[in-house]
Amino acid sequence: MAEKKKKLLQGNEACVEGALYAGCRFYAGYPITPSTEIAEGMSVRLPKLGGKFIQMEDEIASMAAIIGASLAGLKTLTATSGPGFSLKQEAIGYACLAEIPCVVINVMRGGPSTGYPTGPSQADIMQAKWGTHGDHPAISVTPAYVQEILTETVRAFNLAEKYRTPVVVLYDEIVGHMREPITMPAPGEIEVVDRAKVTCKPEEYFPYDDKYEVAPLAPFGTGYRFHVTGLNHKQDGFPTNDPKIIRENNERIMRKIENHKEDIWKNEETFLDDAEVAVFTIGSTARSARYAVNEARKAGIKAGLLRPLTIWPFPDRAVAELAKKVKAIIVPELNLGQMVLEVERCSRGATKVEGIHRVDGEPITPAQILEVIRKYK
Amino acid sequence: MSAPAAPEKKEKISVPFDYNKYLRPNKLPHIWCPGCGHGIVLKAMLRAIDKSGFSKDQICVVSGIGCSSRTPGYVDFNTLHTLHGRALSFATGIKLAKPELKVIVVTGDGDALAIGGNHFIHTCRRNIDLTVLVFTNAIYGMTGGQYSPTTPMGSQATTSRYGSIEKPFDACEMAKASGASFVARGTAYHTLELEKTIHEAIMHKGTSVVDIIDACPTYFGRMNKYKSATHMMEVLEKDGTVSVKQVDKLPPEKVQGKFLRGVLHKDERPEYCEQYASLIMEKAKAK
Repeated sequence: MAEKKKKLLQGNEACVEGALYAGCRFYAGYPITPSTEIAEGMSVRLPKLGGKFIQMEDEIASMAAIIGASLAGLKTLTATSGPGFSLKQEAIGYACLAEIPCVVINVMRGGPSTGYPTGPSQADIMQAKWGTHGDHPAISVTPAYVQEILTETVRAFNLAEKYRTPVVVLYDEIVGHMREPITMPAPGEIEVVDRAKVTCKPEEYFPYDDKYEVAPLAPFGTGYRFHVTGLNHKQDGFPTNDPKIIRENNERIMRKIENHKEDIWKNEETFLDDAEVAVFTIGSTARSARYAVNEARKAGIKAGLLRPLTIWPFPDRAVAELAKKVKAIIVPELNLGQMVLEVERCSRGATKVEGIHRVDGEPITPAQILEVIRKYK
Repeated sequence: MSAPAAPEKKEKISVPFDYNKYLRPNKLPHIWCPGCGHGIVLKAMLRAIDKSGFSKDQICVVSGIGCSSRTPGYVDFNTLHTLHGRALSFATGIKLAKPELKVIVVTGDGDALAIGGNHFIHTCRRNIDLTVLVFTNAIYGMTGGQYSPTTPMGSQATTSRYGSIEKPFDACEMAKASGASFVARGTAYHTLELEKTIHEAIMHKGTSVVDIIDACPTYFGRMNKYKSATHMMEVLEKDGTVSVKQVDKLPPEKVQGKFLRGVLHKDERPEYCEQYASLIMEKAKAK
């Protein structure tokens, strides 16, 4: 077997590799720290592959452009950070309702507002779920390692195509700018989901055909002339005021995610079998947590780590089961308390939940986490 | 001696244009008020598209939010009704992803020049091959008659009860200054001329902007004491504009304060998607 290709890559560079591996052929973006390396990488790589790169006039336009290009049949990407993620919310909501697949990378930096552009944060977790107005489906994946940024970006594209919805890849500035050696996947090694082909006759095609939970999406210009709108619509894509159809469609776009949580969830469990105290966290904080848990084990404390790679939909079942087994769940996060609220909700009082929060632009250290673990030994 | 017989008038055989070929009849009637010019503009657009020879599958019509932006729902092409102000950004994504599509953007003056003003100037700057039809009625109709970026100074709107004090935008001047390679103006009143202008815009390679003056009798008309929809058309569209072809022949007082109609600017400048293919992709592949 041929030796696998190794590369020393920055997190944002791995994101570019993952996007191209997944078949992304369109990128629109606007420069913003600490995500800009993704735009730079895509601007060099895409045209070599026949793909398109465009630097738009602002974040809103970038988000709109990737939705347009996705409707033309391409897999599309944009990348941003806090302030840009706020601006993109309007069009993210459009993609949720109109069910247009696309991927948004948010390399999280300190906020609110312009905040701390070069410092890490995990304070956009709730925004990734609730950022746009109205009830809407949300899928967010949360890699913690450079290798994982590549594989999770591929998974984000797969989920976007499979469920016809925008998918957000959330990672903090530390992971985005860290360099690690990674193994480049060979073609075919990681599953790549392509858009479902439309095979019916044009006159029988409905872009939101109610025969399906997720109807196949025909690209514009292929003989299937249809209408797409951000208004509540019928299965043919045209606006409606019919309360029954509005309700059904609003519920369906939630249900298409809710009914398939098993498929979308992905958790990494470390030492959870016999754990008495568990840590629940993502991204760079999970790296500190893993170190802390290892140190605790060396000290004879039965600590474990639950690390979700899908934060939305929230891993409610895994947390509920864990809560029944452990004395406490510790939730370190680079914000003033976001995931911890979800963990409390899902634990339903079955265990103690304690957050560790930091918003000074510095990482949560293993020592900080270990100190709290020791309280529950 | 009898007067020479008048030369026989050439009889024009007029075949009624079959709008149904391009309409989605089950999506009609449209939402527009009686007297609104949008329907006239829609018909001119359909005749221009027909003349252009593009098939229905090759045409993509994109809009933002507002009265005019409801147009895509009524026409049988690839159609996209997007967000307020963002039509040009969605359209840019579609066009760059699939340059073989003919993308026409239908937008209003508020949509294009206020909330979408940034997208408007940058689209023009790129000179990407989009045809942009701005339905300029100087009011926000869908929300009930607020003043817009083209409302004339002193005019009444529900948010300018004491008269607007803001200098209005001239969409054509903006487009030209921003780099659009085809800039024209028409009105709903001059419907045949409008058809010709839109056709020329569609056939032009690059960003083509047509500012179309059409009246909103329901809000602008009522609030500014116009007697009727036709009165508005006569005052604003017929008497309020001058064709570029006549402007040199007219005394200055007959041109003063009037909008120019016709093709106001045209140059052959490299188009964005072609530049992307010939410069960026070729260089990237060679490297």
